[in-house]
Amino acid sequence: MKASDLLTFAWRALSRHPLRSSLSLLGVAVGVTAVVLLTALGEGARRYVVDQFSAIGTNLLIVVPGKVETTGGMPGVGGAPNDLTLDDAEAVARRVVSVRRVAPVAAGTESVSHGDRSREVAVIGTTAEYAQVRKLAVGSGRFLPAGDVGHGRQVAVIGAGVARELFPSESALGGVVRIGDWRFRVIGILGAKGTQLGVDLDEVVLIPVGPAMRMLNRTSLFRLLIEVAPGADLDAVRTRVIDLLAERHDEEDVTVMTQDSVVSAASGILGALTLAVAAIAAISLVVAGIGILNVMLVSVSERTGEVGLLRSLGAARRQVLSFFLVEAAILSSVGGAAGLGAGYGLARLLARIYPALPAAPPAWAVWASLATALGVGLTFGLLPARRAARLDPVEALRG
Amino acid sequence: MIRLEGISRTFDLGGRPVHALVDVDEAIGAGEHVAIVGPSGSGKSTLLNLLGCLDRPTAGRYELEGRDVAALSETELDTVRRDKIGFVFQAFHLVGRLSAVENVELPMLFAGTGRRERRQRAMAALEAVGLADRADHRPDQLSGGERQRAALARATVLEPAILLADEPTGNLDTASGNQVLDLLDRMNDRGLTLIVVTHDPYVARRADRLLVLVDGRIVRRIAAAEVHSLEELFVPPDGEAPP
Repeated sequence: MKASDLLTFAWRALSRHPLRSSLSLLGVAVGVTAVVLLTALGEGARRYVVDQFSAIGTNLLIVVPGKVETTGGMPGVGGAPNDLTLDDAEAVARRVVSVRRVAPVAAGTESVSHGDRSREVAVIGTTAEYAQVRKLAVGSGRFLPAGDVGHGRQVAVIGAGVARELFPSESALGGVVRIGDWRFRVIGILGAKGTQLGVDLDEVVLIPVGPAMRMLNRTSLFRLLIEVAPGADLDAVRTRVIDLLAERHDEEDVTVMTQDSVVSAASGILGALTLAVAAIAAISLVVAGIGILNVMLVSVSERTGEVGLLRSLGAARRQVLSFFLVEAAILSSVGGAAGLGAGYGLARLLARIYPALPAAPPAWAVWASLATALGVGLTFGLLPARRAARLDPVEALRG
Repeated sequence: MIRLEGISRTFDLGGRPVHALVDVDEAIGAGEHVAIVGPSGSGKSTLLNLLGCLDRPTAGRYELEGRDVAALSETELDTVRRDKIGFVFQAFHLVGRLSAVENVELPMLFAGTGRRERRQRAMAALEAVGLADRADHRPDQLSGGERQRAALARATVLEPAILLADEPTGNLDTASGNQVLDLLDRMNDRGLTLIVVTHDPYVARRADRLLVLVDGRIVRRIAAAEVHSLEELFVPPDGEAPP
């Protein structure tokens, strides 16, 4: 028997009972919709988090002075880590292949005041590179000037929140703020970017790194932010940075973290969560399968006489089996397709309502839900189909 | 064409054996027209189902066109039913959701015949029973006589060697019954072996000869011309009335 004839034959049988068929089809559709929609939400959450990290740059290496892991050195040898200096930053920028930019960071908290208004804010001493490395946008004015790393003029770029607080009625640009005992001219205001990895960029003041270290009385930098060229092997660059700094310090006394490892950990957790949610939603597909089982059992008992007739006309048991199996397969696959459409539609609607959450079902979930729907249909269709195929033709014709 | 030797068929009814056919011997030649008559429960339908390879005998040997049916596999039996044997039932057994022509196409559907050839042959078969103009009607849009003629077209579309008819006119009025019987006669005249199970003396008399079945045994073989009423035939030769 030809496949197309088989499909037509099964389709005709199903369309004889449109209500019954569409209800059991609906069960599958709801199940697939649930899988698609829930995985879309999970995937959306995952991508939201990844995007948040990526906004800072995934090709980022962070150098922290001091070694995190315990080393088995002799007491007294090694001891306190060497300072992480501006010269180190420059060496990394110039000598390590695939390093695009290095932004040194000195950090502390200071009171910042203008007139009689004062605020405790995070003060970050850095260079012009910082804007690119952390993908910051300047709302008005300009960012810290390039060059002149060691000394630096006393200029500041302030967060939008700080600007509002200290300069409530006038433009902050060109104004003078007092940071600790030092005076800085405001040359730029950061664009609103919200919170990045826990740092509220509205409540921050950026000044050149030289004055910052002197003002904060630091000899070591807080961090080096290294932007690696796109496509470069992050781990290889990380090793080269560690080697270079070890050579300069005569010992390995820095820790280099990759932004990527943090992102992939978070992404992995949310991915597993999505999988779990999908599995729970897939249970509804099994329920839908039982619906198909029920409908097919009714159908077989109603069509006992037809089965007998078909056998008398020369249909093989195998063919009778395939009639009913194909019916179950049609119910589950059409239901699956309908559920897929509905799931996609709802996910798109959701993404439109909450643009921050890029809700879109991952490809694996789409294929898995369709395959599960079809598998469930065939599995639960097998029992009634076998019952039909095993009917004794003489008995069947009588009943 | 058909040779039965010592055929018995026993059913198990709640642990008790029921002997539907007992030691039946018979030979039916190609092109014969045979009527099987007998009271209800005498085993007529069981015999017909055995002949149609829908059922297997408990004991005995059934040869169809020289081949021992018992030796045929399930798949071979399916093919025999499809290609060699046509069935006509009292209740027509048309598939309700399919049109007349689609019903006639069914055996060719199982054989994997192409769509165009299928339609062509089905239309020819419908033409032969005078139903070409009703080809696209569903069974519920056809009269009883038309339904049985459609069933007849379906039974003969693959040009089988044997046509088995179980009370073919049982659900029909006299006029449409006659139409069906005339068609059967005509097909028989063209060489189709025709075996009819019936209660109706009028139908039975159209056969060449009658097999009288009582309690699963062939009690009498008689030429149609000698039959006056069927009831007299059902009395076993020893004179006792069947229970």
